[in-house]
Amino acid sequence: MDWSKTLVKEEIDFTAGESGRKLSYAAAIREALELALTSDERVFIMGQGVDDPAGMFSITTDLHKKYGEERVFDTPLSENALTGVAIGAALAGMRPIYMHNRPDFLLLAMDQIVNHAAKWSYMFGGCIGVPLVIWACVGRGWGGAAQHTQTLQGLFMHVPGLRLVMPTTPYDAKGLLISSIADNNPVIILEHRWLFRQSGHVPEGLYSIPFGRGVVRRLGKDITIVAISYMVVEALNAAQELEKQGIDAEVIDPRTLKPLDEALILDSVRKTGRLIVADTGWKTGGAGAEIATMVAEKGFDYLKAPIKRVASLDIPTPASDILEAKFYVGKADIIAACTALLEKRSGNGKG
Amino acid sequence: MKSTRPIVFDTRIDDIPVRVLSELYLAMLRIQKVELKIDDLYHEDEMKTPVHLCLGEEAIAAGVCLNLGIEDYVFTNHRGHGHYIAKGGDVKAMVAELYNRETGCSRGRGGSMHLVDTSVGLLGSSSIVGGGVPIATGAALASSLKKDRRVSVSFFGDAAVEEGVIYESINFALLKKLPIIYVCENNLYSVYSPLSKRQPHNEIYRRFTGIGIPSYHADGNNVIEVYRTAKEAITRARAGGGPSFIECRTYRLKDHHGTGTGVEVGYRTQQEVAEWAERCPVKNYESFLLERKLLTSGEVERLNTYVNLEVEEAFQFARTSPFPKEDNVTDYLFQ
Repeated sequence: MDWSKTLVKEEIDFTAGESGRKLSYAAAIREALELALTSDERVFIMGQGVDDPAGMFSITTDLHKKYGEERVFDTPLSENALTGVAIGAALAGMRPIYMHNRPDFLLLAMDQIVNHAAKWSYMFGGCIGVPLVIWACVGRGWGGAAQHTQTLQGLFMHVPGLRLVMPTTPYDAKGLLISSIADNNPVIILEHRWLFRQSGHVPEGLYSIPFGRGVVRRLGKDITIVAISYMVVEALNAAQELEKQGIDAEVIDPRTLKPLDEALILDSVRKTGRLIVADTGWKTGGAGAEIATMVAEKGFDYLKAPIKRVASLDIPTPASDILEAKFYVGKADIIAACTALLEKRSGNGKG
Repeated sequence: MKSTRPIVFDTRIDDIPVRVLSELYLAMLRIQKVELKIDDLYHEDEMKTPVHLCLGEEAIAAGVCLNLGIEDYVFTNHRGHGHYIAKGGDVKAMVAELYNRETGCSRGRGGSMHLVDTSVGLLGSSSIVGGGVPIATGAALASSLKKDRRVSVSFFGDAAVEEGVIYESINFALLKKLPIIYVCENNLYSVYSPLSKRQPHNEIYRRFTGIGIPSYHADGNNVIEVYRTAKEAITRARAGGGPSFIECRTYRLKDHHGTGTGVEVGYRTQQEVAEWAERCPVKNYESFLLERKLLTSGEVERLNTYVNLEVEEAFQFARTSPFPKEDNVTDYLFQ
């Protein structure tokens, strides 16, 4: 199938969703996979447990029965080789989707992701590309601890040649997955397990969401909160509280970190003059650091206050729920950061 | 006493058509002459790329690739000139790549270690040791899914079997019965480190038999032995019989990279290099063909003249080709 022809011409307005068909987050992803498997015989799905009864959080349950065990198959725990296998299959004309329960295991595949998939197009002068989707879901809570909860977007954001997608709504999870399968380059999709609690409007059929196009989840004029992945939920909750305090926060969901919708962020900061970046990952060298730096370089003159990052402590995730609560940041931290920035406003008398 | 033994060509070669016998010679000759030319001109510093010459290893590339069709896949490594040439890659584009030109096979973005020619099944090469092995396995998976009867060959060195990814790849290839041949070119050294300092056993071909892969070993300097061994493995793979592993013991006559022999570095002796030079796969095979009257000296001369011209032409093309434009430095990051 020629994806460029099949994809809907333009993005459907997601705000039309209030009254439309609702799907769970997992069902939205499943629908994207089914559409891809149905419409393009080059697409196949591999990953540990994709054909087991749990079916990768129920996303892939029984897909192997419908589309065949050759196209939806379990894999040995050889993340590095199997990533290479997916790359090789992609080079030979297939469109593999390699699904991982947890992104922590992608660290075993960094050689194939960073040294190979990300570089192949450039290294061979564009002669050949790697249409590959790597999908993984970040875990959180219930003592998941240090090796089952990592949010590695900072690492992947650093590497040229990768696309990095972090959806937050069922609508985006489906549309961005379709865009990723249709793309001729390696794409890493990092989901967040807690976003699976949602249901939302999801149009039927194939539709795409362009990479590098973020959305404003809430309009505001006092402060811009760029929130990544699950932090969008926390930021929207924080914005509601802030409203009661007379602070009007704008919440931006970049949806893809690579490419990043710089224009959307800069336009917002131009309007509000203040920026908070709320990330699910670590603070040091993370996605938040990159976004803050981008604004400092390109939008310094818009800023009325220093940029603030809301991000996890620079430690491995602890197991104890008491410590976990301290490790993870959320609504309260975002509120505190916003209030601190805006107190400066009243403090120094500037508006 | 010599540590090497002479190359013993099989007396019975009726099963190999004379055309193939002479093509094996031609393929090796082409590899050897390109490598010698690089060796000759490298000091000019116009080829600004770390070359890993495969002089002494020509028989493996030729012996394996002569069993392949244009549609089959070959994935090579940092020492990949020979595989590229034997698979039918465009020699002009390869040499231009060494000269960092826009007309290079990778448009000057890859260099010596990243050769590609998709028109003949060379889908790219990795210079991370073992890195290309799973990728070749993946191309075989694609062939298996598409049922297109293509075979994939992965060339790698003795050090690659020290990487975990090779075990992972072979396990998967066996699991899915993939049409892939793993060809280990055991040239006894990884950079300056001899095999004995890196592996407890030196029979690499026995390493993976425990998980059930049919494994062979061949004298990597004997092109007929390599050809026959590869033929058996490739024929079985094409018929759906799954993967094979072949160890070809050989020796690189040049240093790890560049144009020395390694003797000056001090990790091996002049005597060792000289003994292996006597086992030159090209020269010995040429003598064999002449002795057996499979080629006449006139034919040998004509083939040499022909390849010399081809090589001259490739270098001429490369040296007169344009460089990439610096403004295009970010091109090709994405498709």
